[in-house]
Amino acid sequence: MTWTRRHLITIEELSLREIEQVHATASAFKSILKRSVKKVPALRGKTIVNLFLEPSTRTRMAFDMAAKRLSADVIAFDAASSSTTKGETLRDTAENIQALNADMIVIRHSAAGSPLYLSKILDIPVINAGDGAHEHPTQGLLDTFTMKEHLGPLKGRKVAILGDILFSRVARSNIYALTKMGAAVTLVGPSTLVPHGFTAIGAQVSHDLKSALADADVVMLLRIQHERQGHRHFPSLGEYTSMFGLNKTRASWLNPKAIIMHPGPINRGVEIDSELADGERSVILEQVSNGIAVRMAVLYLCAGNQPEQVISSTE
Amino acid sequence: MPALWIRNARVIDPASRRDSVGDLFSLDGKIVPRLSAADRRRARKIDARGLVAAPGLVDIHVHFREPGQTQKETIATGSRAAAAGGFTTVVCMPNTAPAADNAGTIQFILDAVRRDSLVKVLPTGCITIGMKGENLAPIGSLKRAGVVAITDDGDCVQSNELMRRAIEYAKMFGLPVMDHCQDQSMTEGAVMNEGNVSIRLGLRGWPNAAEDLIVSRNVILSRYTGAHIHMQHISSALSVEIVRRAKADGVCVTAEATPHHIALTDEALATYDTNFKMNPPLRTEADRRALIVGLRDGTLDCISTDHAPHTDYEKDKEFDYAPNGIIGLETALAVVLEVLVRQSRFPLRKALDLMTRKPAGVLGLPAGTLASGAPADICIFDPDEAWTYDAKKGYSKSSNSPWNGRTLRGRVKTTIVDGRIVFPLAAS
Repeated sequence: MTWTRRHLITIEELSLREIEQVHATASAFKSILKRSVKKVPALRGKTIVNLFLEPSTRTRMAFDMAAKRLSADVIAFDAASSSTTKGETLRDTAENIQALNADMIVIRHSAAGSPLYLSKILDIPVINAGDGAHEHPTQGLLDTFTMKEHLGPLKGRKVAILGDILFSRVARSNIYALTKMGAAVTLVGPSTLVPHGFTAIGAQVSHDLKSALADADVVMLLRIQHERQGHRHFPSLGEYTSMFGLNKTRASWLNPKAIIMHPGPINRGVEIDSELADGERSVILEQVSNGIAVRMAVLYLCAGNQPEQVISSTE
Repeated sequence: MPALWIRNARVIDPASRRDSVGDLFSLDGKIVPRLSAADRRRARKIDARGLVAAPGLVDIHVHFREPGQTQKETIATGSRAAAAGGFTTVVCMPNTAPAADNAGTIQFILDAVRRDSLVKVLPTGCITIGMKGENLAPIGSLKRAGVVAITDDGDCVQSNELMRRAIEYAKMFGLPVMDHCQDQSMTEGAVMNEGNVSIRLGLRGWPNAAEDLIVSRNVILSRYTGAHIHMQHISSALSVEIVRRAKADGVCVTAEATPHHIALTDEALATYDTNFKMNPPLRTEADRRALIVGLRDGTLDCISTDHAPHTDYEKDKEFDYAPNGIIGLETALAVVLEVLVRQSRFPLRKALDLMTRKPAGVLGLPAGTLASGAPADICIFDPDEAWTYDAKKGYSKSSNSPWNGRTLRGRVKTTIVDGRIVFPLAAS
């Protein structure tokens, strides 16, 4: 089956087959990244603009790295020094970028729906690098890619996502990816941050940590975005840690072979004990490394290439 | 002014319970039962065979943006949109720039109306100075200047004490108080209905409860003071139920619903189209149905458009950043015919009642009837004609409509104000 998608806006709209195509392509790129010469000429002569209108470290660097590994030219658009601070609209900014002959835009924005909006305006591919509390599709793809590396097929696996679900784009993208892949997703955290409405998109909702973690194959922790919520959604970080922070005792409830994940940035001692974050079950840094291969795959495919091309070239 | 002779129309006047095919006459700007032979000869004749002649429609909730935001709409363009939609009387909200919180601004608006308007535009004044919810506006002076109601529309008065004093004070002048029911402490940063769709789209939710709380508060304050509060654009099922119980208890409250809240739900936001963003937001199917039941049983008194023009460049933004509001005057009748008459089987006379006699009654306006001696404000429409709405070609200065490009059924053919045809406009 050929890859036909030009934009990557959500995982909600991807088919299982498309998710598998990204994973297969990422796997091929990952083997290239292990070589001494890590660069392939796949996107030589193409220009990718990283339009990051919200702070980001990991995602921005991984997209930057991915584009460079594919030999694309990368232009970083810095929100702080850009015309958006002078009142230019997103439409005008994007149309200017297209007029400068960019071949692809990677956008990170605090407003949900912005990547979809851009994809309707522009003729070039738009890749969503996180839009508000909506989706972060490449994160969902790299997280499931990492899970597969450790657990094999995810069908029938139990994944617990713990923390601030309400404001999390990572949670949403993972829920869609995991449910499409046949895994069972349980969301757990304080009732103010894990509303029951998430059952409508296929996840289970729980406020009981013990039953949610019992026999889970994966626990994914999300950062408590205290700066977004003020002090209304829970009393204090201390209380959060005492009720929902992952510590050794609670980690013992997991399946013995379970892995611990976190999309970063981590607040050590808040949502996770420092020791566990660095422990042998933690795959947090693998997630970061896999982020490059998965984003290479996404850029490569949305630029109009097919999965088979890269897979056969690495065999 | 020549006499008017509207021939062979299906004349529907909800106020006098008339629904029969016949002729309608006007002389010197008033409805008359018949014309003399001499007047008939001179009369301007309108062949209305197959058409409905109803009282000119009344909308007690529009934003005409003048003074101060004339890039969006002016009294001239807004009144043309009203005329094109069959409306002959509209009540404009005071959230202009500056806000209409003083007699001078009201006078400015009335001067512009006299100079530029095709229809009857009646101003409202603010409840509080600058709509800040802190100090009462000079309500008595506003009344003397000509406002028909007071409201801080868009900025619901949050202080219960201030609201209590406002309604008590306004009652002395017989001025209704219109309230946009929103507990702002619950809607910080909210851009759509809170529910399954907001979870899916990752947008901040505006819960029904924020409306229900203020509706309840208003019922309690109205009951306590005996003052009339009109609840604007009710959107939640529970709010309908609260108003229903209040009315059963004899509390002096009234309420309205918009065409968009009875036609659309939050599912329409799936593509983040900002022409579906308004405040209060589109809600769920259960809410939509409850509004229709409320209109059917009289809990909700009338239809109002909340016509809220914004320019393309203001609306063409990230969903979070686009302003709330949509235009509605030119599509309201067709949408009401679709939702209430064709889908919900309201008799046509009942649907028209919600757009004529009843809204006029809420504010005590001398409008909304074809009774003999009434102003000859008439809307003639084809209830079945299908047409495609192109908002860019409409009469409003703005085109922020969720119905842009849609085929609608029911089209206004002629609008008459005080016996004068204001739509379609003469070629000159």
